[in-house]
Amino acid sequence: MTQTASRPDAGAQRAPLPLDVEAIRADFPILSRTVRDGKRLVYLDSGATSQKPRQVLDAERWFYENVNAAPHRGAHQLAEEATGAYEEARAKIGAFIGAPETEVVFTRNTTEAINLVAYALSNAATAKEPEFRTYAAGQGDEIVVTEMEHHADLIPWQQLCERTGATLRWLGLTDDGRLDLSDLGTVVNERTKLVAVTQQSNILGTINPIAPIVERAREVGALVLVDGAQSVPHQPVDVQALGADFLVFSGHKMLGPTGVGVLWGRYEVLDKLPPFLTGGSMIEVVRMEGSTFMPPPQRFEAGVPMTAQVVGLGAAVDYLQALGMDKVEEHEKALTAYALEKLAEIPGVRVVGPADTVARGGAVSFTVEDIHPHDVGQVLDDLGIAVRVGHHCAWPVVRRYGVPATTRATFYVHTGYDDIDALADGIRAAQKFFGTV
Amino acid sequence: MQLESMYQEIILDHYKNPHGRGLRDPFDAEVHHVNPTCGDEVTLRVKIEGDTIADVSYEGMGCSISQASVSAMYDLVVGKPVTEALGTGEHFMTLMQAKGDPSVAEKLEDELEDAVAFAGVSKYPARIKCALMSWMALKDASARALSATGGTA
Repeated sequence: MTQTASRPDAGAQRAPLPLDVEAIRADFPILSRTVRDGKRLVYLDSGATSQKPRQVLDAERWFYENVNAAPHRGAHQLAEEATGAYEEARAKIGAFIGAPETEVVFTRNTTEAINLVAYALSNAATAKEPEFRTYAAGQGDEIVVTEMEHHADLIPWQQLCERTGATLRWLGLTDDGRLDLSDLGTVVNERTKLVAVTQQSNILGTINPIAPIVERAREVGALVLVDGAQSVPHQPVDVQALGADFLVFSGHKMLGPTGVGVLWGRYEVLDKLPPFLTGGSMIEVVRMEGSTFMPPPQRFEAGVPMTAQVVGLGAAVDYLQALGMDKVEEHEKALTAYALEKLAEIPGVRVVGPADTVARGGAVSFTVEDIHPHDVGQVLDDLGIAVRVGHHCAWPVVRRYGVPATTRATFYVHTGYDDIDALADGIRAAQKFFGTV
Repeated sequence: MQLESMYQEIILDHYKNPHGRGLRDPFDAEVHHVNPTCGDEVTLRVKIEGDTIADVSYEGMGCSISQASVSAMYDLVVGKPVTEALGTGEHFMTLMQAKGDPSVAEKLEDELEDAVAFAGVSKYPARIKCALMSWMALKDASARALSATGGTA
């Protein structure tokens, strides 16, 4: 079996793409390799982790070959230059989301950033410094999440509630894959300590309205954490416009290296949070009897940080800004519209998530009648097409829509219409292989 | 195309027409196993009489490999002494660790019968857990059944 070229049936509309896909592909070394006996790699799994352009890889290599040292330690020239590179990247990454560098905390990834906040809220209850107790969560308090969260934005809050006696509540979903905000006024109430919500669903692709949630949270004095793991890589995000207290995202999903993520926090909130991980770098004065801590962001960055990765993420931000986040968003919107049309042409294929591109990003999950997603994924893999199969670390979401698992295609800057044609042809090949059509 | 090496006709037959499917009474132990990376699930019951597996009944959902594996296992273990059935499970584990080496499958043909068709799965690390899930469930259920009935494997 070979991948067939685009078929003449194409009722699906191909709007001109804002990004030059061929030029961008040339920047990604991995896209020139082949898989499964010489097939072109069709990478539709950027939602799990993105591929890296040469510019990012070069930045990491530049750091190690020229300035490698532990930042914020030592007085030698390398230490100075490493500190400079680390802090320049912080400023750049902050500017990318409209934040001053004092509000940018580096973590390992989104998951660690959320855990940092969740542990800070429970550590607050026993903090010896009175100001660190400001946001303590305990008995009688409530934490609100949504049924759309991936596990990283659910389990840390479940665990926070178990540690502190707080109660977990959640906003449900509508049948068409949107947040159900009809009971926002009761679910978020005077007992609510924090609301955690994803800006873009990793399964459904839904882009959530953050403004009404922030507005309600402000009325009751609750904090708002926005999970930007799937939004920051794919659309312009400005924390000033967002109005939340925290935004978290991962470098590796936005062309950056693994091992670096970001917690943005409003400074006055960060300033009143006790640390999560402790050790070197985050201290002010250390005595055997006890220690005092640095102001943010250093208070939350214990140990020698992932300096080369931060520099790499800085290069990823440069790369995305050169393309223009508006164009990245438009590009994916055009691809998503095309993919939704192409999938709708295939009998037995059901998209799980919004059926149009209104407030929707480029994560397209679907089921194929009578073929398990694993088996769909296996046939696609055999054709060189990399997709995600399973519950996508958001088990409650797939359960909500009555399917055990889905197949998910996600798009990015190097994705073109040819990739989506390959996907559609691959789904038809799976149907043929398993004899369901 | 490498697909046929994994999706042997025997596997697809077991998937489309599973043997022994459905939960039955009586039983000595029931277990529920999941494959957390992908959401495959199986609920499996074991009935033991003396030292012999009198029945294995199951319900599950998941991919063709996971569902065909439990069906092929049913054929292999019902009516066998518990120790022999668990030994067959060990052989199946060996097959799954073979990384597609055909000589391993050849040596195990007699012990594994239809289940030797899963040899191709061992080339795909992400799918090995799918094939092993039912065998893990059987091991777990047998241990529970034996401790409930006071027997030893």
